[in-house]
Amino acid sequence: MDATKTGTTAAHSVSADATAVEGAVRTGLLIIGASQSGVQLAVSLRALGFDEHITLLGEEDHRPYQRPALSKEFLQGTVESESLIFRSNEYWQEHNVALVKGQRIERIERESDGSGVAHAASGARFPFKRLALTVGARARKLDLPGAELDGVVYLRNADDALALKAQLDGVREAVVIGGGFIGLEAASSLHKMGKAVTVLEYGPRLIGRAVGEETSEYFLNAHRERGLDIRLDARMNRLVPAGDGSRVAGVELADGSVVPAQLVLVGIGVVPNTELAEQLGLDVDNGIVVDRHAVASDGTTVAVGDVANIPNPLPGAPEGERIRLESVNNAIEHAKVAAYSLMGRSEDYAGIPWFWSNQADLKLQIAGLTLGYDSTVVRRDDERGKFSVLYYRDGRIIAADCVNAPLDFMAVKNALAKGQNIPADAAADPAVVLKTIVTDG
Amino acid sequence: MPTVHFTDAEGTVRDIEGNAGDSVMETAVRNGVPGIVAECGGSLSCATCHVFVREDCLDQLPEMEEMEDEMLYGTVVDREDNSRLSCQLRLAEDTDLYVTTPEAQV
Ligand code: FES
Repeated sequence: MDATKTGTTAAHSVSADATAVEGAVRTGLLIIGASQSGVQLAVSLRALGFDEHITLLGEEDHRPYQRPALSKEFLQGTVESESLIFRSNEYWQEHNVALVKGQRIERIERESDGSGVAHAASGARFPFKRLALTVGARARKLDLPGAELDGVVYLRNADDALALKAQLDGVREAVVIGGGFIGLEAASSLHKMGKAVTVLEYGPRLIGRAVGEETSEYFLNAHRERGLDIRLDARMNRLVPAGDGSRVAGVELADGSVVPAQLVLVGIGVVPNTELAEQLGLDVDNGIVVDRHAVASDGTTVAVGDVANIPNPLPGAPEGERIRLESVNNAIEHAKVAAYSLMGRSEDYAGIPWFWSNQADLKLQIAGLTLGYDSTVVRRDDERGKFSVLYYRDGRIIAADCVNAPLDFMAVKNALAKGQNIPADAAADPAVVLKTIVTDG
Repeated sequence: MPTVHFTDAEGTVRDIEGNAGDSVMETAVRNGVPGIVAECGGSLSCATCHVFVREDCLDQLPEMEEMEDEMLYGTVVDREDNSRLSCQLRLAEDTDLYVTTPEAQV
């Protein structure tokens, strides 16, 4: 993430190379999106022996980096940007992957055989034989009067995080709009840094898209105890400017009251970046629709990670059920599936989807997918600060939310991976070690 | 320069020079050492950075915290007495560490 040092110069030298290649033949794979999934795709392909040229192209001026820490360790200053970098420059050189930074693709021209040329906003051209879209998602924008004021920030990429860090000094009070993972992680980080933080959530509960009601309730109470001011069902009129008119000073609620804030951080979800796919005529429906092998509707382009709408990968999931997963784990596993596809092999998604979120001292780990659950079991041990919710569908375990309870998390993840069950009646006793009660089939 | 010697399950050894302050996991991943997956990037959430530490090196390591201990019960290859999660092991200037990576992490 050394933007200042390696930004434009490096990007230009690489793009010049790529343009030179074009005249000869359109070879190799162009991966658009130097994201977690883009990086993994390149790495997996080389591990599988893919011997064609690979270009890994990103629109940011940073070397590919890990996003999860941006709202946590990086924001709090406990890790340096350098340690978020995925791979050393030497690694990419040795593995013959051309890394291109700071190029935004606007248009893709394509021949009937699938090869083509991608055109960047800068005018640079990137020819390819095969295309991979690992373009991810962008932060959903706040649609309120005053949303353009200074001090209203998002947290999706490194530049967002750097910009946020740069203005923290003058901030006493912060409002976080959105009580999902990003919102609560950032709110916890800001609170830890001594800011007074109010979280405004439009919905009736926290993290409503990712966890069940019991877990939402647990986080609500836990965060309130730790000092966050959380308002559910919050309705907002506008963001209020400070005296001079350019910087935000607060958020006006529907009742006319104003929550003062020198910083407003918006975390209200993401929108998949499907524009290029639409332009290419690929099927798009909440992301780029792909088959079990990460191949889009044209039969040649692969789409991977946050941007892909995939068949539910959980073993035993009903045919036809689809989901778009926003997680590191999915970016990695899905990229592996895509790498096999590009090598001409059909391999299924391996492993159990899982997620994590660290908020203050609350370590949430989620195994599996709750899609279609019909009952839950809560395991709670307040003395040891552990809390888990197990999700069942037709009597079979399909997922678990575990807070500071890694043993539960691991037991459920492993049981799901082996196609085993954890009977609900026995699991209800929090003193029972889940690993000891798994049953086959 | 701190050095970590990674032996994989087949016995291949890779000697990697790292930077003081980085974790063993980061040193491995950045240099593409196979055998360390590290899905969670070091936030002690995945247990896919499991290593076995050579017995005579155990002393130079920090004590394990409860969370690491519990996570180690969920590794794919069962833990041994010398198991650690490599994201929790920071390199010092004079670190010279020998670790073996398990056959599988996921
Ligand atoms: S990298 Fe995930 S636990 Fe160590």
